[in-house]
Amino acid sequence: MEYETVIGLEVHAQLLTKSKMFCRCSTDYTSAPPNSHVCPVCLGMPGVLPTINQQAVEFTVMTAIALHCTISDYTKFDRKNYPYPDLMKGYQISQYDAPFGHDGWLVIDVDGQEKKVGITRVHLEEDVAKLLHRTIAGEGSYSLVDVNRSGVPLMEIVGEPDLRSPEEARQYLMKLRSILRYLGVSTGNMEEGSFRCDANISIRPENSPDTLAKVEVKNMNSFKAVYRALSYEEERQRKVAAAGKRLFQETRGWVEDRGVTVSQRSKEYAHDYRYFPEPDLAPLVLDRAWVEEVESKLPELPEARRNRFEAKFSVAVGTAASLTSSKEMADYFEDCLKASREISPKEISNWLLGEVSRIINESGVDIAEFRKMVAPEGLVRLAKLNSEGVVSAASAKSVLGQMYQKGESADDIIKAQGLGQISDAGAIEEEIARVIKDNAPAVADYKAGKKQSLKFLVGQVMRATRGRANPAVVNRLMEKRLEEG
Amino acid sequence: MITQLTIHEAHGLLKSKKLSSMELTKACLKRIKEVEPRLKALVSVTGELALKQAEKADQRIAAGDINPLTGIPVVLKDVLCTKGVRTTCSSRMLENFVPPYDATVVEKLNNCGAVTLGKANMDEFAMGSSTEHSAFFPTHNPWDLDRVPGGSSGGSAVAVASDEGIFALGSDTGGSIRQPAGFCSVVGLKPTYGRVSRYGLVAFASSLDQIGPLTKDVTDCALVMNAIAGFDDRDSTSVPEPTPDYTKCLSTDLKGLKLGVPKEYFVKGMQPEVESAMRAAIAKLEGLGAKVDWNVSLPSTPYALAAYYIIAPSEASANLARYDGVKYGFSYSDADSMWDAMEKTRQFGFGDEVKRRIMLGTYALSAGYYDAYYLKAQKVRTLIRREFDQAFAKYDALVTPTSPTVPFKIGEKTEDPVQMYLSDVCTLPINIAGVPALSIPAGFGDGLPIGMQLIGKPFGEETILKVAYAYEQATEWHKMRAEIK
Repeated sequence: MEYETVIGLEVHAQLLTKSKMFCRCSTDYTSAPPNSHVCPVCLGMPGVLPTINQQAVEFTVMTAIALHCTISDYTKFDRKNYPYPDLMKGYQISQYDAPFGHDGWLVIDVDGQEKKVGITRVHLEEDVAKLLHRTIAGEGSYSLVDVNRSGVPLMEIVGEPDLRSPEEARQYLMKLRSILRYLGVSTGNMEEGSFRCDANISIRPENSPDTLAKVEVKNMNSFKAVYRALSYEEERQRKVAAAGKRLFQETRGWVEDRGVTVSQRSKEYAHDYRYFPEPDLAPLVLDRAWVEEVESKLPELPEARRNRFEAKFSVAVGTAASLTSSKEMADYFEDCLKASREISPKEISNWLLGEVSRIINESGVDIAEFRKMVAPEGLVRLAKLNSEGVVSAASAKSVLGQMYQKGESADDIIKAQGLGQISDAGAIEEEIARVIKDNAPAVADYKAGKKQSLKFLVGQVMRATRGRANPAVVNRLMEKRLEEG
Repeated sequence: MITQLTIHEAHGLLKSKKLSSMELTKACLKRIKEVEPRLKALVSVTGELALKQAEKADQRIAAGDINPLTGIPVVLKDVLCTKGVRTTCSSRMLENFVPPYDATVVEKLNNCGAVTLGKANMDEFAMGSSTEHSAFFPTHNPWDLDRVPGGSSGGSAVAVASDEGIFALGSDTGGSIRQPAGFCSVVGLKPTYGRVSRYGLVAFASSLDQIGPLTKDVTDCALVMNAIAGFDDRDSTSVPEPTPDYTKCLSTDLKGLKLGVPKEYFVKGMQPEVESAMRAAIAKLEGLGAKVDWNVSLPSTPYALAAYYIIAPSEASANLARYDGVKYGFSYSDADSMWDAMEKTRQFGFGDEVKRRIMLGTYALSAGYYDAYYLKAQKVRTLIRREFDQAFAKYDALVTPTSPTVPFKIGEKTEDPVQMYLSDVCTLPINIAGVPALSIPAGFGDGLPIGMQLIGKPFGEETILKVAYAYEQATEWHKMRAEIK
């Protein structure tokens, strides 16, 4: 039997607010010593009360609008009750039946076709503390609690089960992260845990509306991990079904180094969270005028920017899509154009999608990291030196690599390493004379009518000058010399 | 005996330098030493702190910086967080818990220059009506040492009634200020929900809890309200309504005032001496010029108790989840595992009544029961509120007994929780409605105090203070002192 894969993703994104969700502690804890960003409120001391971070509400509403959600007029917080040592109050302040936004969508690209993926809801809650597990040989294990993360605003985005493959899931995540970054509401960093993803995956016989058992997959800490875990899981479920065995509704964890998912908890042990309205916080009635104001201040989103790039800079559809897939790349592109009018959009996009992309892919960094070493003005300068013939295309690539490594300017590197292109006829003619003398057979071939020998001879000159000779000049002078006899 | 002074009397003497705060404080500490072995009203006596604060207050007064509470000794219910001073909630769970912060009301009293004498005994986590549910010891009624002082703010009421302190603060979730005030013949006010900040009040039932004063007369009650009322940006449920000078409304003329007597509050099982004292007191109010309607009906009143015992335990079940032995307070150390440690901490750290209410609340919020219990109770709450709204469209205030009985014997009701719960039948509808109410001494039955409850519209504290003041000035009850045998 043929099966179809059904995937829905739940994403948690930490919001880029200055202070925590319900107290004034700083959210900037990544390099802080444990338990240094805490107060009675986020420690869950007896007697404390939460107060709502307005910026977090605004970020959540911005996201919900960007995801085409209906924004609730009336919304409220609820208590989600469960005991665990990372949960300071024994309950998490979250949202149950009145999220900020619901029933939205985003568009992903599947084999060149646009596909709409439903967004069930966007809601706001607080992050929990971090547990650090320690083992002492011979004495057993224990855990430490770092409360710095407790109370950091966390936005949950629940997607509809509209995804049909691990690749679609990856596309969805990339697109969602791109939108959050465009909005400036989250760093979207999965490795650091500020952007987390749980997946629900099941299979169903083709053309059947009923899925077999739904499996929740957790513990995926990178985009690659999500893709691998879902690929593994759809395969596993198909094998179980093909063997005529039963699939169980359960939670499974992705084990990165083994490349497998393992069962963590079956449905019988599911929590009853006993949600009820948070009595310490009055319900929020969102003012329509305020929501409209938030909407009017939304920054340009990926699709709009792509359309603008196509129209304004006359770049190809695919090029515009690539340039706008991340806000940082699109910003870099536009900043380059602002830096100089002498370089065409096409030239800049060639650089960005060519050599720059190659460098960042190879180094495993993003454009933001690249930008710290090579500012748009620097790249534009290099492009100009190349187009003016001061430096050859081959050398320019090598110069860019060094600019990224050393953070030096193109001019400095070219000067220090003598990479400037040789266009001086005198110097080139000297080399040509030497090559003609050393390669008598090739010269004879040329004179006998084998015109392609010219290419070989030009190549010898280029080799001797380590690529620095201007190829057009070499070509012209070599031909002249051979014709002259 | 200077400890018998009211706030306004002591203030007059402090201002005219006929008395120092040090003298007054030492007199109170001496009185505590004398009667405390028989009364057991206090969990902690903060003598050293009190003397330091008295010294500071005298310096302030010498510099001409005096307000009505400067230098006045106060007793705080042990549910209010005091920085550096043990705050136990009369529970084993918090027996050695020292808060790192002050409750907002404590901060306000400290800013006024009040002197903290100690922390008052209470029913554990404010759950009870007799102070017998303290994990440490029961408190005795100064009018009859074999009887209960009421609860849960029993220690606070006794401290005032026995002149251990000049005034006290309590908290009231279903009658916990008013019922002990009635049982001990002092004035006790539960303000409108949101009138006084709850920040630093260890939560029992967040949507019902309010802090309020217990004082020797109505003028003192108004003076304490002036100090503690007002919006607090740390409590989202506190209301940004302007705070009046509560002493301005005190007058003896009740002409034109419309009072209602809801018949449902004269319940079956009410003691005849309570009923006759009530009828006499209400007749007195008529004599002072008030127009009394003896036939008001609030038909949903009989459902208030049931609704209360769903809502309060539900909220409590979440509020008390933080006590797991991980962060502070009692921690069971000889456990097999993390879960075992958390379970045993709660098993041995909480008393029976607390555990009973946690279980009630957990059950009421469980999947499948939520609609039948919690949601239904919230609907009853809406009805009760509406009935009060309708009554206050016609009447300026409502008059009822504070409790259907005089103080009962220690041990009389501990075996029957429902009988104990019925002790609050006249007070808890007021918390459910969120309106203000106070209890004022209104006579004695067989030498045991009887309280009259005056209920006001939301933020109508001034009206009930006015009625109480007129009644007080026309009677001698508030001048009677218990002879502690």
